[in-house]
Amino acid sequence: MGSGELVCDGIVKRFSNGKVALSSVSFATPTSGIFTLIGRNGAGKTTLTRILATLLEPNSGRASINGLDVMSDANELRHRIAVVPQEGRTVSWMTPRQTISSYLMWRGVGYSESMKLADVAIRRVGIDAYGMKMNSTLSGGIKRKVLVAMALASDADIIFLDEPTTGLDPISRKQLWNVLTDLGKERFVFLTTHYLEEAEAVSDRIGILNDGRLLSIGTTQELRSRLKYRYALRIPGTGVDLPPFEGEKFTRRDGETQVMTTEEDAAKLSRELVNRKVAFSMNPVDLDDIFYYIVTEDERSKEARPL
Amino acid sequence: MSKATNQLLASILVNSVYEMRNYPVVLLNTVLSPFSFLLIITLASRGALFGEAIEGGLVMTMFSAGTSLQADLSHLKNDFKLQDVVVATPTSAFVYVSGMTLSELIYASPALVLLSALFVVYVHTTLLGLAAIVGVMMLMFLSSVSLGFLLATISSDIVQSYAFSRLFTTLFSTIPPVYYPITYIPLPFRYLAYLSPTTYASEIAQNAAGLLSQSELDLALAWLILAATTAVFFVITVKKSRWRDR
Ligand SMILES: Nc1ncnc2c1ncn2[C@@H]1O[C@H](COP(=O)(O)OP(=O)(O)OP(=O)(O)O)[C@@H](O)[C@H]1O
Ligand SMILES: [Mg+2]
Repeated sequence: MGSGELVCDGIVKRFSNGKVALSSVSFATPTSGIFTLIGRNGAGKTTLTRILATLLEPNSGRASINGLDVMSDANELRHRIAVVPQEGRTVSWMTPRQTISSYLMWRGVGYSESMKLADVAIRRVGIDAYGMKMNSTLSGGIKRKVLVAMALASDADIIFLDEPTTGLDPISRKQLWNVLTDLGKERFVFLTTHYLEEAEAVSDRIGILNDGRLLSIGTTQELRSRLKYRYALRIPGTGVDLPPFEGEKFTRRDGETQVMTTEEDAAKLSRELVNRKVAFSMNPVDLDDIFYYIVTEDERSKEARPL
Repeated sequence: MSKATNQLLASILVNSVYEMRNYPVVLLNTVLSPFSFLLIITLASRGALFGEAIEGGLVMTMFSAGTSLQADLSHLKNDFKLQDVVVATPTSAFVYVSGMTLSELIYASPALVLLSALFVVYVHTTLLGLAAIVGVMMLMFLSSVSLGFLLATISSDIVQSYAFSRLFTTLFSTIPPVYYPITYIPLPFRYLAYLSPTTYASEIAQNAAGLLSQSELDLALAWLILAATTAVFFVITVKKSRWRDR
């Protein structure tokens, strides 16, 4: 189990069409447990993941994992990592067992040993019933699980999973969380996801990426502590008239009114709502709120910034 | 077994053994295409060009290995993102592609066996001639495989990749006089045929089997050009193909 660090120092990625996908990303995080990258579509999560997994060259900057540089030590690093790409798909003319076994053979494992390890991994992600079926006949969610099983069957101690739970039903997703959590106890998992409750549930640390820049990194607790407004009040309906307070008020997608405010004003508002006999809930902001707040702040400040 | 052997075997299993087991029809295809040309040329020439057609079949089977390699690699890379998965393992580009290439030889083997049998029965050559023909086939194989790998790694989707591979099949195999003597082409167009390495390959093969008589100089030149184009394709591939994306 590595006790090292993943370090990015000024990583820039500009694609040949001129699109800047990452503009100087720098951070460091311990290579233990689960690190999750969250961000809107096009934020640069896949680009960063591919650079770290030795699949894509950055234009400038350096990155290393446990002291191994992703460019100059790629060959050594490739013994230690396993990747499930965002758009990775199982090869249609193979079975899950053959898929995992051939992947392990590419890692250097012998045929019969690879088949044994494949069976173990298949059991571990709970798809025993499908091991010998043709991939082309499996549902999308089972195919995703085959790819995850592939990574965990390996001896890699650094595992990149780019949106592994996309397309899974809610129960399968939670089952996979358990697999991920277990995995995070033995190895370093670098995850991306759009499900923020998932990020909150499984991650040890979280990075928020927006428009090619890393806005914040830390535990949920740390991310929250950096916010000005750490309390969230939710009130059903949109027509609530509130006394003045410090913070933000907006309508959530589910139609509820949400207020993000300071501890003091949260107490003040809730007293007021209790007096008015209005139903409401009050919680510390969750990752959803944190993400929404940090990203919209960033976008607002960009609009305000002159070109 | 060594790690490299396991890695090589993985490519072969994925690209041929598992695929053939499930889609045996792909095998039929590699047998049919050289034989369809063989049949047409033989019938149209009333048997006169049977020898040329057999040799043409052998040369083209080796050459189409590269086209198939390109199609297979692009499909695995772009539709399944398999290249991403494999790049992040200890497998090197060379071992990955070698395995994939051996798979193409497995696919080509029924056609090669049948054509070789016809060759032994109907075409007569010396031991040296035989060595020349085998040499030409190896060079064709190496150059088409290089080109195939190069195009597969730089293409970003399967449609683009197929467009390339159709183009180079037409340029290198349908237009050039692979299945018949170049003298059948009217003179001004003959020079165009000499733009394709397959033309030299089939001239050497036809000469070796006594189906064409070339001057020593022409023969040497043909070898030189064939070897040079193969070397150029190979070097460009080593330099320009992308294992890790840019
Ligand atoms: N090969 C490419 N050529 C040009 N632009 C690209 C390429 N790949 C990605 N991009 C662009 O780079 C930006 C970042 O893309 P990336 O795939 O890293 O985002 P992401 O955060 O993974 O998004 P999603 O959540 O949708 O997967 C996007 O604007 C995308 O359009
Ligand atoms: Mg992505």
